[in-house]
Amino acid sequence: MGKYVLKRIGYMLLTLFIIASVTFFLMKLLPGSPFNNEDRLSDTQKEILLDKYGLNEPVPVQYVKYMTALAQGDLGISFQFDGRPVSTLIGERIGASAFLGMQSLILGTVLGLILGTIAAIRHNSWVDYSATVASVLGLSIPSFVFASLLQYYVGVKLQWLPVAFWTTWEHTILPSIALSLVVIATTSRFMRTEILEVLGQDYIITARSKGLSNARVIVTHAIRNAMIPVITILGPLAVNLITGTLVIERIFSVPGLGQQFVSSIATNDYPVIMGTTLFYSTLFIGVILLVDILYGIIDPRIRISGGKE
Amino acid sequence: MEKLLELKNVHVSFNTYGGEVKAVRGVNLQLDKGESLAIVGESGSGKSVTSKAVMRLLPAKTSKIKEGQILFEGKDLVKASNREMEKIRGAEISMIFQDPMTSLNPTMTVGKQIMEGLRKHQNMSKGEAKERAINLLKLVGIPNPEVRVQEYPHQFSGGMRQRVVIAIALACNPKLLIADEPTTALDVTIQAQILDLMRDLQEKTGTAIILITHDLGVVANLAQRVAVMYGGTIVETGTVDEIFYKPKHPYTWGLLASMPKLHAESKELLAIPGTPPDLLNPPKGCPFAARCPYAMEVCVEHMPEAYDVSTSHKAACWLLDERAPKVEPPEEALVGGAR
Repeated sequence: MGKYVLKRIGYMLLTLFIIASVTFFLMKLLPGSPFNNEDRLSDTQKEILLDKYGLNEPVPVQYVKYMTALAQGDLGISFQFDGRPVSTLIGERIGASAFLGMQSLILGTVLGLILGTIAAIRHNSWVDYSATVASVLGLSIPSFVFASLLQYYVGVKLQWLPVAFWTTWEHTILPSIALSLVVIATTSRFMRTEILEVLGQDYIITARSKGLSNARVIVTHAIRNAMIPVITILGPLAVNLITGTLVIERIFSVPGLGQQFVSSIATNDYPVIMGTTLFYSTLFIGVILLVDILYGIIDPRIRISGGKE
Repeated sequence: MEKLLELKNVHVSFNTYGGEVKAVRGVNLQLDKGESLAIVGESGSGKSVTSKAVMRLLPAKTSKIKEGQILFEGKDLVKASNREMEKIRGAEISMIFQDPMTSLNPTMTVGKQIMEGLRKHQNMSKGEAKERAINLLKLVGIPNPEVRVQEYPHQFSGGMRQRVVIAIALACNPKLLIADEPTTALDVTIQAQILDLMRDLQEKTGTAIILITHDLGVVANLAQRVAVMYGGTIVETGTVDEIFYKPKHPYTWGLLASMPKLHAESKELLAIPGTPPDLLNPPKGCPFAARCPYAMEVCVEHMPEAYDVSTSHKAACWLLDERAPKVEPPEEALVGGAR
């Protein structure tokens, strides 16, 4: 197991290297320069700034310099935020985004799994049909539409919860719900299909032939087996959430990473773009690795190397 | 002998898009304590459905026991509530399934799967149940049970898995064990081992067995009595010797004739021509009439009653009526004659 994880981390670093290179060159293709927006600067001043940050050198030289610094863990210094290090900028913003993402993911998967299981047990009843309609709606309506609806009805009309900003836990509820709807819709759909599939398996009849109650059969035998394929989609879902936060953070004025990322692209703040992209990528690859490890824990057949504990 | 199980005129139907499929049509059966009965018949003859009806494990939404009684120690299982059935399943009646590759939960250790029933029916503590699980694995001939009890099904071979399935079924010392084609999915060499094991365990525990199979070799190995099923009804019952050496029903003759014989001169395998009846619209008369070389007019119109051949031997065929012409079984059907 340890050897497997090490190998996977090796691949992770390789993937990150490729992502960093591709992003670097793509970013250089963006029109404009970091200091074009600053009208008050004269051309000479701009030149001095470009020189200072090494932006006048040929792109391959810049690339080598950036990658060398990156290898030493240095993400560089932001252009627009008064020369503050990128790592500090990310560190300041990550709290809110991570909290929002995790809360939505947990809320979404838990509710999704429960809803999907119930829909499967009440197969072909009104519960099942309404769950289907709800999840189709959840999948096809973009989260920012839900976000606005939630803001209007729950926030403004009913005044139950704050409309925006990020101070108390109450402020986190609406954005989390808006973000988790896609997760609920996807996981409940998957879980429903999987539970139905599993309930048709022979080992379920074996379990029932032991005299176990229906509830027990579902909890101890069906859910675990049904969750194996569902876990696979958690990776892509987590990524969905990451992109989802970009929009949701803007709508709810959450001081998160997504907002900063968008503004860094608008101002050609190269180090911040690079740093945030790499951070998101690491997160994504990490999630995939985590899903694979989770897989092994839930399904003993894919437990790696030897399998014996 | 004391009666353990009695089926009286049991009818089971499935609702399909095409209509009502009458899979079991008036089955009468009985089984004494400690006895072993084989139900033989081809695919779709209703043998598995009958056994699942006893366990009440038929899919609730699509199937129904339309009529009849299933008396287990005098109690009618057709009328039993779900909760009552949960107490009976696994404790009084348990079941072995056909395919050991799919009948065990892949994500649970075999030990846990054996312990589940024990914990439920005998209120054992975890420790006691685990000890019993190890003993059961030892009983069904799994070497190194202390280690194996912690392992998952995929770490066992097919034959070993079937042993685990048997251990699960025997965990609470049931009075009746229903084995639904227990050797069909196994290699021939493993089949013999599993049959030996089952015979051995029956002697040790005194459990009654209903063995469902289409393999007459398996029947001869394990059963005392045989019921031959065709088209949802039982066409002939008797002791193993009566069915093998003095069969009365033309369908049984056909079954015996189609059994490959080692010493036969012809290398050809004999088959019964035709196909089994469509149970969506079952025939009015004898279900075998359409394929029976001896069929008479009455066979098509009226379902024959079960005629007593001896006290233990019954056959539902018009040929046994005193008005019918005397017909001798064909030579191929004589098991004794092949020797």
